Amino acid sequence: MAASSRRNPPPLPGAENQDPLSEMADEDSDEGEDIFVGNSNPVAEAFQPDTANGEEPADLFSEAETSTAVNSSITTSKSNGVHSDNENDLFAEVSVELSMENPSTTAKSSGAEFTPSLTRSATQPESMEQLEEEKDEDSFDMEVAVTNPEKIGDGMNAYMAYKVSTRTTLPMFRNRTFSVWRRFSDFLGLYEKLSVKHSLNGCIIPPPPEKSVVGMTKVKVGKDDSSSADFVERRRAALERYLQRVVCHPSLLQDPDVREFLERDELPRAVGTHTLSGAGFLKMINRASDAVSKMTIKISDSDAWFDNKLQEVESEELQLRKLHAVVDSLVNHRKELCGNTAVFAKSMAMLGNSEDNTALSRALSQLAEVEDKMETLHQEQAASDFFILAELLADYIRLLGAVRGCFEQRMKTWQRWQEAQSTLQKKREVEAKLLWANKPDKLQQAKEEITEWEGKVTQYERDFDRISVTVRKEFLRFEKEKSKDFKSQIVKYLESLLQSQQRHVKFWEAFLPEAKAIA
Amino acid sequence: MGSIAAQLFSGLSRDIKSGSSLGSVNVDLQTDATLQVDISDALSERDKVKFTVHTKSTLPNFKQNEFSVVRQHEEFIWLHDSFVENEEYAGYIIPPAPPRPDFDASREKLQKLGEGEGSMTKEEFTKMKQELEAEYLAIFKKTVAMHEVFLCRVAAHPVLRKDMNFHVFLEYNQDLSVRGKNKREKMEDFFKNVVKSADGVLVAGVKDVDDFFEHEKTFLLEYHNRVKDASSKSDRMIRSHKSKSPHCLIISTCLGKFFLKVSELFEKTRKIEARVAADEDLKLADLLKYYLRESQAAKDLLYRRGRALVDYENANKALDKARAKNKDVLQAETSQQVCCQKFEKISESAKQELIDFKTRRVAAFRKNLVELAELELKHAKGNLQLLQSCVGVLKGDT
Repeated sequence: MAASSRRNPPPLPGAENQDPLSEMADEDSDEGEDIFVGNSNPVAEAFQPDTANGEEPADLFSEAETSTAVNSSITTSKSNGVHSDNENDLFAEVSVELSMENPSTTAKSSGAEFTPSLTRSATQPESMEQLEEEKDEDSFDMEVAVTNPEKIGDGMNAYMAYKVSTRTTLPMFRNRTFSVWRRFSDFLGLYEKLSVKHSLNGCIIPPPPEKSVVGMTKVKVGKDDSSSADFVERRRAALERYLQRVVCHPSLLQDPDVREFLERDELPRAVGTHTLSGAGFLKMINRASDAVSKMTIKISDSDAWFDNKLQEVESEELQLRKLHAVVDSLVNHRKELCGNTAVFAKSMAMLGNSEDNTALSRALSQLAEVEDKMETLHQEQAASDFFILAELLADYIRLLGAVRGCFEQRMKTWQRWQEAQSTLQKKREVEAKLLWANKPDKLQQAKEEITEWEGKVTQYERDFDRISVTVRKEFLRFEKEKSKDFKSQIVKYLESLLQSQQRHVKFWEAFLPEAKAIA
Repeated sequence: MGSIAAQLFSGLSRDIKSGSSLGSVNVDLQTDATLQVDISDALSERDKVKFTVHTKSTLPNFKQNEFSVVRQHEEFIWLHDSFVENEEYAGYIIPPAPPRPDFDASREKLQKLGEGEGSMTKEEFTKMKQELEAEYLAIFKKTVAMHEVFLCRVAAHPVLRKDMNFHVFLEYNQDLSVRGKNKREKMEDFFKNVVKSADGVLVAGVKDVDDFFEHEKTFLLEYHNRVKDASSKSDRMIRSHKSKSPHCLIISTCLGKFFLKVSELFEKTRKIEARVAADEDLKLADLLKYYLRESQAAKDLLYRRGRALVDYENANKALDKARAKNKDVLQAETSQQVCCQKFEKISESAKQELIDFKTRRVAAFRKNLVELAELELKHAKGNLQLLQSCVGVLKGDT
């Protein structure tokens, strides 16, 4: 209800009451399609001024659909306040029917229930405003965190389990805060499932962090040194960022797999994520064949936008790779500087010890201490260089790869369409020949085939249009996210630099009087 | 050599007065009007550096009051060696010779840059070239300063300044035709050093009568070693510091596409970091290097004194033996006298020299450490300001 009001701005609260049924029916059917088909309907999407807006009602509906623990959640979810309670009450009544039925009946039944709720509509305005405000901020009120890596098991069968905690006010989840334990292959499994479902639509699916046989083996073997601790920390941070990106994505968030991943206590072991498995090989082969076909496709696109963007993406990826390499070597150099400073500090201390003059001796020892502190500073700086900057770059290099994949999907769809068109053409030629040769029975078959292929052509064309729209939308959203992400990370990085410089100043300021005191 | 290197090296002349770091290492130079020496100009050509030594003096033995000559590094070494070989100066700390001008590293880098010209963008190339040129200039200034310090120390020393060779060095406006040591002479030097160090060990083993010298001996030995250690470590540290800067350079050019402000920031902080490294180099590393050489010179002094002591004691023993045998007594007596005089002369001046050395050292360390701290502070604050303004700007336009 509130959703409809958001859709058609001005005469909202009143209009709602006047014409609830038809409006409800319209939007519901759209939403319904969303649930059941799983493809984002461009029509529905086009309506939404703010993508977040569309999510709210969808969540509610889909929640009702899955039904299992609907009732309990209704009472706990609060941000949507009065509004959601009302909605859910409606659906609670029809929950039994919903799980089986198609959208239109859902709409009607909910519409039917609507009329008696005239009294409730009075309370709608506030909650609507509330909602609008929330949605304008584009906040999902949802936070995920990956913490507490723990080693489970021993030897080569050991693995790291991570605690995935979610804090959310979205009603579609059972509780407001909950956490589950997941392992790395679970994350990969999630990615696989999401790609299978969504990549065909041209969604940009955030890629998970890479597998690392070396790193994991070290951890498994139980080497308890800083490099394996670093590795685990890196992976944990990367997994967290991965999940955050997934939940930020509006259509991915709707996906039941994502919810299952976040909520369900025991997840079936994801198969096919092991590199050396049969599935792994299959993937490699597919990837190789894709690469070959990529080289031969070239869309004669009337829309140059896609071409330009693809080129941009490719050059950006190159730039980022270069930058990443440089940041890596910067980190190494800083570590080297760190080591050298430590050694120097020790040597200075010894010099101070052997110095005759007491004041000078003290000053030299002080200098040694300052250099020691410098060393810690440098080490921290190197860590922040790495964790903030380098990882950001690595993430975006992978993401850009995913974006390219998206564009490729679009190309594939186009190719399919073109192929269908040429097949249709051939069939038509065959028909013409048959007509000329006058063979009525074969003619019938030919005509059937033609209609079949005509249908396919129209469908593929629609597919292509749809995927183009999705890709475009996804790309714009990605760009926005990217610049926001980059900006915040760079600010964070600069702030860390700032802090270290401040401490720098403090240390030298402390040293100066000592130096001056030398007599 | 690449074309850039050739450009840089041919006829590169710099007026060093403006940027001279004279006195950065040696503080207590009483430059009185009777004799003032400095290096007013220097020219770098291919392999050689030509220094213009400028003297202002009111001493009668010079023909003019103010004059200049051109000298090369080998001539400085010749002067230094003449001091060392002079028995008269055995009791003094001879100011350490300036190190040979070494542009090899810089040259190599320039060459590499020239070779890699094709692989980087025009702006990267110009930036790196500028940096290398600045580095070259810094090395150049340093070597000029080292030579100048040597001359000034000699001029300030009450005894050494009167040395004939020194006056010739300052005044004779023709080529001194001092050739570098040829192979044979270098081998001789090598053997002499071996002998000397063996002897040094022997001499050091002899316990000294005077507590002061005994103490000094142990102190200097330890100190020298530690300074050597510290100096090499600081070199390494500063080298890593310096190598960090080019990276920031590349980062800044890459980021340029995304965030103009941030790349500007990195550019500026990089310049500051480079300056920090250069300052650390100047104040800390050079200080340590110089005192490494001076402490070596002080050790040499002690060695000479120790040698003289051993000679004296041997002469005493010989005298006793001669007296016992009643043969060649006069000869033994004279030689004993000579040794005694030599020893006492050295001891006297050595004591004063070592005390002076200490004062000089403390003063130099103080000055340099204070300056180091001040510079580090200045740069850190500069960095801080840049970062703060950049963060402010970035946060401001969300």
